[in-house]
Amino acid sequence: MNGVFSAGQFDELATAESWMKAGREVAIATVVETWGSAPRPVGSHLVIDEDGNFEGSVSGGCVEGAVVTEAMDVLRSGEPKMLEFGVADETAWRVGLSCGGRIRVWVERVG
Amino acid sequence: MDPLSLKKVNEERRNRRAVILLTDLGDGRDRVIREGDAIPGVLGEAIDKAFRTGKSGTVEIGDNRFFLNVHVPPARIVVIGAVHISQALAPIAAIAGFDLEVIDPRTAFATPERFDGVNLHADWPEDVLKTQPLDRYTALAAVTHDPKIDDFPIAEALRTGCFYVGALGSRKTHAKRCERLQAMGIPDDAISRIAAPIGLDIGASSPAEIAVAVMAEIISSFRKRELGATGKAVAETATP
Repeated sequence: MNGVFSAGQFDELATAESWMKAGREVAIATVVETWGSAPRPVGSHLVIDEDGNFEGSVSGGCVEGAVVTEAMDVLRSGEPKMLEFGVADETAWRVGLSCGGRIRVWVERVG
Repeated sequence: MDPLSLKKVNEERRNRRAVILLTDLGDGRDRVIREGDAIPGVLGEAIDKAFRTGKSGTVEIGDNRFFLNVHVPPARIVVIGAVHISQALAPIAAIAGFDLEVIDPRTAFATPERFDGVNLHADWPEDVLKTQPLDRYTALAAVTHDPKIDDFPIAEALRTGCFYVGALGSRKTHAKRCERLQAMGIPDDAISRIAAPIGLDIGASSPAEIAVAVMAEIISSFRKRELGATGKAVAETATP
């Protein structure tokens, strides 16, 4: 069902909270829009700490590297950022998106 | 994200309550919205829709863009009675995307052979519901016909605002059930929420067909449910 969170072991927002409580700097990346074939639905999260550790996903695994790099910037500046990835981007998926998917990812610092 | 918002969202999710994190994509500010919070205007309509469908998304209002991230607890079905109908309902619910569990203290009925791969409790509902309470994102279908087993969970489902409460039995059986529930102190408007005879009226005759009718009625109640604290939509949407 749409929008249903999994109570299972992969709970990015719970991870974000536990990292925050442990005194780590945390950024949260969220898929806010998708067009065409996107591997992760709107609302999906990737959480990142200041050392570049991350949990979750915003795509099939191909743009996470770029999002983590941007998240470092966001952690430093405190300013949220909107990222857009499409098939034409260097950093976007190289395989597996025959329909030409595009996603918008909101990256923000916690606190 | 405000650290308090993160904590609040997680707390609501842990407690199986629906919640939306609303983020202003202009300035990055966010707030946590619970189901039933009164938000006026276009934004309020978008929020209602998001709670109802469980779908996250962006909305534009004037020059502002907002992102609504909806967290809706997984809807589940609790079936009282490990009977033939339940055997058919279990795979149907799985296909429709609902979690399902079956409770029946009669160990002759509640056997793993009859319910392969189903979350089955061969215990009294009184005991099972203590550790796994019913809530607004749960549908209760009572199908044992036995007041000793059915009555307590039905009363509990009405008390906790289950989005669906269905009970098997003829009109005569149900009339007697209503009298017993009244004697238990359940208010009439709550009792009127019970879908009985159970299932949409599709002329179902076999146990499998009744299971289809029950599943359809549960989906209808879930999608058309009233938002807010009362959880009263069932009476309007259930076809008796």
